[in-house]
Amino acid sequence: MSESLRYIQAVNAALTWALDSRTDTIYFGEDVALPGGPFGATKGLHKRFGSERIFDTPISETGFLGMALGAAMTGLRPIAEIMYADFSFVAMDQIVNQIATVHYSSAGRWKAPLVIRMQQGYSPGACAQHSHSPEAYFAHTPGLRVALPATPDDAYQMLRTAVVSDDPVVVAEARMLYPTRGPVRTDAPVEPVGGARVVRPGADVTVVAWSRMVSAALDAAGTLAEEGVDVEVVDLRWLNPLDFDTVAASIARTGRLVVAHEANLTGGFGAEIAARAAAECFADLRAPIARVATPDVPMPAAPALQAVVVPEAATVAEAVRRTVRA
Amino acid sequence: MGQLDDYRLMARIRRFEERLTALKDAGEIPGSIHLCNGQEAVPVGACRALRDGDHVTATYRGHGWAIARGVDLTGLFAEMMGRDSALCGGRAASPYLSDPGRWFVGENSIVGAGVPIATGAALTAQRTGSGAVSVVTIGDGAMNQGNVHEALNLAAVLDLPLVLVVENNVYSEMSRISDMVRVRQLAERAAGYGLPGRVVDGNDPDAVAEAVTEAVDRAREGSGPSIVEAMTERLVGHYSGDAQHYRPTGEIAAAREREPLARIRRAADADLTARLDAIDAEVSAEIETAVTAARAVPYPDPATAEEHVYV
Ligand SMILES: Cc1ncc(C[n+]2csc(CCOP(=O)(O)OP(=O)(O)O)c2C)c(N)n1
Repeated sequence: MSESLRYIQAVNAALTWALDSRTDTIYFGEDVALPGGPFGATKGLHKRFGSERIFDTPISETGFLGMALGAAMTGLRPIAEIMYADFSFVAMDQIVNQIATVHYSSAGRWKAPLVIRMQQGYSPGACAQHSHSPEAYFAHTPGLRVALPATPDDAYQMLRTAVVSDDPVVVAEARMLYPTRGPVRTDAPVEPVGGARVVRPGADVTVVAWSRMVSAALDAAGTLAEEGVDVEVVDLRWLNPLDFDTVAASIARTGRLVVAHEANLTGGFGAEIAARAAAECFADLRAPIARVATPDVPMPAAPALQAVVVPEAATVAEAVRRTVRA
Repeated sequence: MGQLDDYRLMARIRRFEERLTALKDAGEIPGSIHLCNGQEAVPVGACRALRDGDHVTATYRGHGWAIARGVDLTGLFAEMMGRDSALCGGRAASPYLSDPGRWFVGENSIVGAGVPIATGAALTAQRTGSGAVSVVTIGDGAMNQGNVHEALNLAAVLDLPLVLVVENNVYSEMSRISDMVRVRQLAERAAGYGLPGRVVDGNDPDAVAEAVTEAVDRAREGSGPSIVEAMTERLVGHYSGDAQHYRPTGEIAAAREREPLARIRRAADADLTARLDAIDAEVSAEIETAVTAARAVPYPDPATAEEHVYV
């Protein structure tokens, strides 16, 4: 069965599923209960599940992510919401020093089955403090799983996967995708963590993207098809666990690689993909690897400046053309 | 400064926010805006206690503080329009703008983050002997951020010239402060830091000025930080798109009776009313001039997008 849902409705459906099917789940964050969430992700959940299962926290990200960890270690399965990914930086100690390390540092005796749900990326007029795409910080941290759903269906499937995972998972959604609509397989079995996906087969060049950049890559592929360039688009979906096999298999077919993300260039996760491709796919590569990213600037708020720094379909298409010509 | 000056400054802030709302509705302001309609008496009263060289650090709801500190209206409009303003070149917009020329350390769109920064401005004042004070404003909800707690204790143990003004407008976004803390007044927390804390009527510029002056005097003479909690209400949503369904019916109407401009108007006789009308007309004209000037500011040159990442 598949339903046509907006991305944000798919998130709501996954959370409903989680609170309904697992009595150990509990949901908290700022303005999530009575108000239904700043973007409507938790609409109706408080009415249905009550304050025992979903509640509003004070504006205390360090406090409530630490609380999520302690609760996860002792028997609950918390889903904690960080309103904007930018605010996760306030609570980085709990994420990096605590949540990510407790399982390993106890030789596996403690578990931290929790989800940190957030949304990220720029939007027109949003300043540097509301525009970060911090996925590389999380992917850099051993012990965390990192999910970046690019479609309504993945918003549903990957969030459910995150909830049942016994490892801590950061689910970073894309605010700009919230209004997008698509089919959602609401009765599909819960998927295991991980797995990249070829979302458009092509013969000439591989574009690896995630989050908002997947649709940009697909748009670019459409434009390039008219120019006679056949683009294969891989939606990486999970940065951890990383499904590099799918990427390598695609490179083996196309011989060319472009990596596209909205986060800024230096140290972005594109660098990791490029490094692995250089190390593991050297013989298959017929052109230098290209990276598409925001240049290394804090995000400006003015749309006139955002227009030249934020990568879009045209930026991807340009990188593909350079790669194909090389 | 007398009542008419206070009225003029508060009316300027109100008119600015109202005009900004209209510009937002007309599609001239990208991004969201957080308005201070109803809270004008807090910055106006507090800034009466300040002099040139004193630093102010605010939040995204800081347009009123910027205006009360004399930040240029054209610059403010242009910045929020995403134009190449003299303030921040369009990089900061409504929630993060600043103006070093007016000692406005700036707004901040990370809740609570301004308090440690303001503590640093107070450290500079103390160590350079400048005699300046550092005033920082936050909302009620921000009192629950860890960094606010850390900064207050730092300022306390270092006896820094810091004044924290908490604008208690009852809500943090859509949550009521009474659901978020177990103290009746946030100023009660001052005792936990060994600091004086006072609660004042935040809709009365005189009451705010009196309390902040006391705190500023104390800071200037080296006796350390204070907390002033100003009780107020916002007349509008948390941000530009907020439908406010979480507010009980009648609450906003009641707030309109208590807000600072209405208060002065209600107590005014015919003579004063005429003078207030005249001020309103002057303020409207002034705001309109600023909007016109802001519209003439060009958008930032895309070629400069990567400038200023480093010195
Ligand atoms: C660290 C952080 N967490 C959450 C937010 C989202 N947020 C923006 S304003 C706000 C409410 C703040 O309320 P309060 O401090 O009372 O100030 P007010 O908005 O009422 O002026 C929240 C939760 C944020 N900007 N930064």
